Amino acid sequence: MHQKILEILEKDSRISVEQLAVMLGASEEEVAAEIKKLEANRTILGYHTMIDWEKTKRELVTALIEVKVTPQRGIGFDKIAERIYQFPEVTAVYLMSGGFDLTVVVEGKSMKDVALFVSQRLAPMESVLSCATHFVLKKYKEHGFVYGPEEKDQRAAIWL
Amino acid sequence: MIESFINERVKGIKPSGIRRFFDIAAQMEDVISLGVGEPDFTTPWHVREEAIYALEKGRTTYTSNSGLFELRQEISRYLEERYQIKYRPQDQILVTVGASEAIDLAIRAVIQPGDEVLIPEPSYVSYSPCVILAGGVPVPIPTSEKTEFRITGEDLASCITERTRVVVLPYPNNPTGAIMERHNLEDIAQVLREHNILIVSDEIYSELTYGTKHVSIASIEGMYERTLVINGFSKSFAMTGWRLGYVAGHPALIAALTKIHQFTIMCAPTVSQYAAVEALRNGLESVTKMHEEYDLRRRFLVHGFRKMGLECFEPKGAFYVFPSIKGLGMSSEEFCDRLLREERVAVVPGNAFGDSGEGYIRCSYAYSLKNLEAALERIGRFVKKVRKEKNLE
Repeated sequence: MHQKILEILEKDSRISVEQLAVMLGASEEEVAAEIKKLEANRTILGYHTMIDWEKTKRELVTALIEVKVTPQRGIGFDKIAERIYQFPEVTAVYLMSGGFDLTVVVEGKSMKDVALFVSQRLAPMESVLSCATHFVLKKYKEHGFVYGPEEKDQRAAIWL
Repeated sequence: MIESFINERVKGIKPSGIRRFFDIAAQMEDVISLGVGEPDFTTPWHVREEAIYALEKGRTTYTSNSGLFELRQEISRYLEERYQIKYRPQDQILVTVGASEAIDLAIRAVIQPGDEVLIPEPSYVSYSPCVILAGGVPVPIPTSEKTEFRITGEDLASCITERTRVVVLPYPNNPTGAIMERHNLEDIAQVLREHNILIVSDEIYSELTYGTKHVSIASIEGMYERTLVINGFSKSFAMTGWRLGYVAGHPALIAALTKIHQFTIMCAPTVSQYAAVEALRNGLESVTKMHEEYDLRRRFLVHGFRKMGLECFEPKGAFYVFPSIKGLGMSSEEFCDRLLREERVAVVPGNAFGDSGEGYIRCSYAYSLKNLEAALERIGRFVKKVRKEKNLE
């Protein structure tokens, strides 16, 4: 059951326990207990809202930075990754295969903001060998959601 | 009089009494609808992409009358894997313009003037007109909630006469959501064995059964030879607009159907056929995903109607629920008409699918949860109002 619960919550975390229970043919108590368990063991890390900030006055620049680092003996990439993700402006860090080691996603108010972060915080770190910063120009789709207006139902109101 | 040109058979098809109601719904804006009989999902992208490739490669000519051999091979494999029924792609499968064409062909190829065709009701609206156009006589087999809208051997036996030539088997059923399980099929097969009656089995919703797998009557002992199995891509793969279906059966029957098909249609749309090959080869995972989603909505909607105090049997197939409004002291049409005007929710009166559908409404769950939630809220408010009005509380 927990697989189904997760799949539904991933798409809509605001769905009520009552509705989940109805849809899964389970009792509310069962569903609530299952969610509690998933939260406790950090399978569910949190609940997140998808926002199109372009629609608001908030200035937001997102950059994707390719980082090459020197892994450290015994702890590999974890230590340096941790040192990077502690910065609040970093929203995601991934270890990559291929031509570089870490993808670091950074958000800032402006390009200058992000540039300053890279030049003053990230690049000078001891094990960081190089950084290549790519600014996001337009977001089309994120977490399975497409930006922009909802597509209208093209179907007639009644069709037998 | 121009009307004098119109032949008697066409005149014999009664215009639907609820057409007027549909027209009102079509003109209203801001309507929340549960009235549509087609998936809300878009055709899976890899299938659409395959169609684009087919166009790019210039696949714009006719195919063979029976359909692309490649597609018939895939259909053959699919029917065997899914429903354990074997058909040779060479001469036992015909690709048609939707299951609708297959129904028309099946009836036209076998019906002589005056032949009777048994049609379980409530059911989809096209069988009866097809029979009338072919000169046959449609004979309804009414079903009820008591048998969960399935037909029994007894029902069937009581409707058979010397003129009975075909029985249509519309399961999983639109509009009731009823299915026929193996033992139900055995029950009617026992009756059919004693008669020379052809089965036209419309299995277009075969992928959409819940809690139990679809069984084709062609897989029941002694029924294979006398069954035309009709299926298609519209409901299972969300491909309604592609107009693609098929019919499988005895080579002699398929040859007869192909004769009509080749002169009236030539072949099913070519691009759609290429897309369908891709759908059968790589699309079954999408089918499963959509099925899971429908199942969640199904439970949600049934629960919603029961919570407002309407009796609602649990549908095990298709994507409709069929709650009863008998306790509210009005006809299905009146209910739907008022619901549309007063709460702007469109659902379909059960009697649109035959007299035995009176007292019910068909609600589709081929809609997003958000849409279903909003519709339930409005219907609930309306039901409450009606109860108050009629002192039914």
